[in-house]
Amino acid sequence: MLQTARITMEHGSGGQATGELIGEIFASAFDNDVLDRMEDSAVVPGSGRIAVTTDSFVVTPLVFRGGDIGRLSVCGTVNDLLMRGAVPKYLTCGFILEEGLEVSLLQRVVDSLAKTAKEAGVSIIAGDTKVIEGNGGLYINTTGVGFVPDGVEISAANAQAGDAVLVSGTMGDHHAAILGERLNIESDIESDCAPLGEIVRGLLDGGIEVRTLRDVTRGGLATVLKELAAASGKCFMLEENAVPVSPKVRDFCGLLGLDPLYMGNEGKLVAVVPGEQAERALEIMRNARYGSGAAVIGKVLEAKEGAGAGSADRGGAGSAEGFEAGELLMRTEIGGIRRLTVLQGEGLPRIC
Amino acid sequence: MNLEEIKKYLKEYNGPELKIMEVCGSHTGAIAKNGIPGLLSDRIHLISGPGCPVCVTPSSYIDRLIDLCLTPGNCVVTFGDLIRVPGSRMSLQQASGRGGNVRMVYSPMDIFPMAHKDPDTTFVFAAVGFETTAPVYALMAQQILEDHIENVKLLTALRTMPGIIDRLCAQGADIQGFLAPGHVAVVTGSKVFEPLAAKYSIPFGVAGFTGAQILTALCGIVMACERMQGGCSRVMNFYPSVVTREGNTEAQKLVDRYFDRSDAVWRGMGMVPDSGRLLRGEFAQLDAGSRGLNEDHKINAGCCCDKVLMGRMKPTQCPLFGKVCSPLRPQGACMVSTEGNCYTYYVNHRE
Repeated sequence: MLQTARITMEHGSGGQATGELIGEIFASAFDNDVLDRMEDSAVVPGSGRIAVTTDSFVVTPLVFRGGDIGRLSVCGTVNDLLMRGAVPKYLTCGFILEEGLEVSLLQRVVDSLAKTAKEAGVSIIAGDTKVIEGNGGLYINTTGVGFVPDGVEISAANAQAGDAVLVSGTMGDHHAAILGERLNIESDIESDCAPLGEIVRGLLDGGIEVRTLRDVTRGGLATVLKELAAASGKCFMLEENAVPVSPKVRDFCGLLGLDPLYMGNEGKLVAVVPGEQAERALEIMRNARYGSGAAVIGKVLEAKEGAGAGSADRGGAGSAEGFEAGELLMRTEIGGIRRLTVLQGEGLPRIC
Repeated sequence: MNLEEIKKYLKEYNGPELKIMEVCGSHTGAIAKNGIPGLLSDRIHLISGPGCPVCVTPSSYIDRLIDLCLTPGNCVVTFGDLIRVPGSRMSLQQASGRGGNVRMVYSPMDIFPMAHKDPDTTFVFAAVGFETTAPVYALMAQQILEDHIENVKLLTALRTMPGIIDRLCAQGADIQGFLAPGHVAVVTGSKVFEPLAAKYSIPFGVAGFTGAQILTALCGIVMACERMQGGCSRVMNFYPSVVTREGNTEAQKLVDRYFDRSDAVWRGMGMVPDSGRLLRGEFAQLDAGSRGLNEDHKINAGCCCDKVLMGRMKPTQCPLFGKVCSPLRPQGACMVSTEGNCYTYYVNHRE
């Protein structure tokens, strides 16, 4: 354990204090052959189609019900690799620490990050630490590398008419958990932050012809599906009754005037699969870790002739007959049709 | 009637054309979210009214908040909806980007711990709202006085429903029924609409906010119109689980203790008699300068907020709608607030 209770600018000097910080906190948690060599860069094996993604995590509070920024920074990046069908393999971590950060909190976050990486099956092969002036905050950037098996072609544009749309569980949990913490609202809603490898491998190994996968993060389900509809030039039709939302999150949203369709998760995905494989895909998801709440929530419809893909026209657009390309519709509980668009504006605290 | 029968009745209605106004912004949102227009006969038209508190607040109020937040020693505390509403020069969000001290809360009472922690700063709450939120502001005033808190003040823009509905009807609005605001009626009681129903022979249906509750109230209003053609002056309570005829008399008393009735300027509609509330003179020390904020400046001359708020024009008929005016680049408050008519029509593609 480090001698000091809080991070100071000295820990970013590059000198002895930096060495101690890296040795005591990071190297011991991320213990592996590549990292242990302490070379200027990692040299690792791998070939074929490489998937790469990067993400930065700036959430506050650093620790929240159901997770922390360390777990989040693995899940967010690993899930992005998985959504293209890649097998996640390597992770790099850049830490930016604000002076005043409690060392015990850093330790907790780093341990959680290491544990989640292990769960997700990725090795942390490179890292960096900087200290900046500030107020005890912590930011993490992770870059993920994975390999896409031959024959796997997953893309946002692949949805076809007749496909089924599934989600892997309840919507809005992470967002509600963070918002609850930020606004000091008493609730026991937990973040759903989780790596989704078991679900994705289950679908692919189970012979499901997965067209599209997306993790339902910022912007929420409606934003994600609207983007998929636009990318594929099809119309997506949801059933409001079928979209899973936990009673706690529903009450929370009711209280604050929020819409669970626009609230983010960090451990849920949406999958588009051929309609005839929907039941099988649902079973696979429900049997996987983090997929017990999976549901079929809608289907993909052909757009009417002559409608432009991803049409973004406003005001008076669309008629009752036929469906516009790129349109996201939802049959409401009382049988009406609601037309959904991407999240507009911000208004809410950052959640990841 | 069960819900299926109600839906059948509303879909198959074949009587005279009816225009029904939903006065409340929450109803406007719920109507879109439930896809209600598509469940109605094409002889029933829903029109959105002046029921979004942020939308009806004149620009001088926003300007005053901006001046306050940019003055050292002050912090403006507000609900999220107000942050992006354009004043005549900028929004609170833009002012915050220029060093203005603005904080967003979900409960007005959150201001007290802030003020306690930072006694050298004056915290001003942007107290915007209708009858529904006025009791909370009265509670704030009560707490400020009881605890002798010197660094919390209110900048009020309180509006009341009967005055503006009266104005609408007096100007000859082509409306045959009102879907009356359930949350307002919880406080005021349904009786608050009785003089208006009698004066203009228009039925009012007090409604809750689920899809089924709204359909039920609409059904009642349409039936009343159909049966009593040429004049129905009934106030019907379709939200009896929480709304009574008398309302919440304790809340009414609390509001009356701290706030006087007043004339008030509504965005685009000018001064409307007896349609607002101001802190009583004896509580002037709690007021951050709410009186006389009557100037009402459009940032875009083409903005039709006034006609939209009075139900004379659908948001989609405004020449700016979806072209230069969108939630990301709002030209008027109606495109900002989640209760705003233009915002709701835009994000839900309501037509």
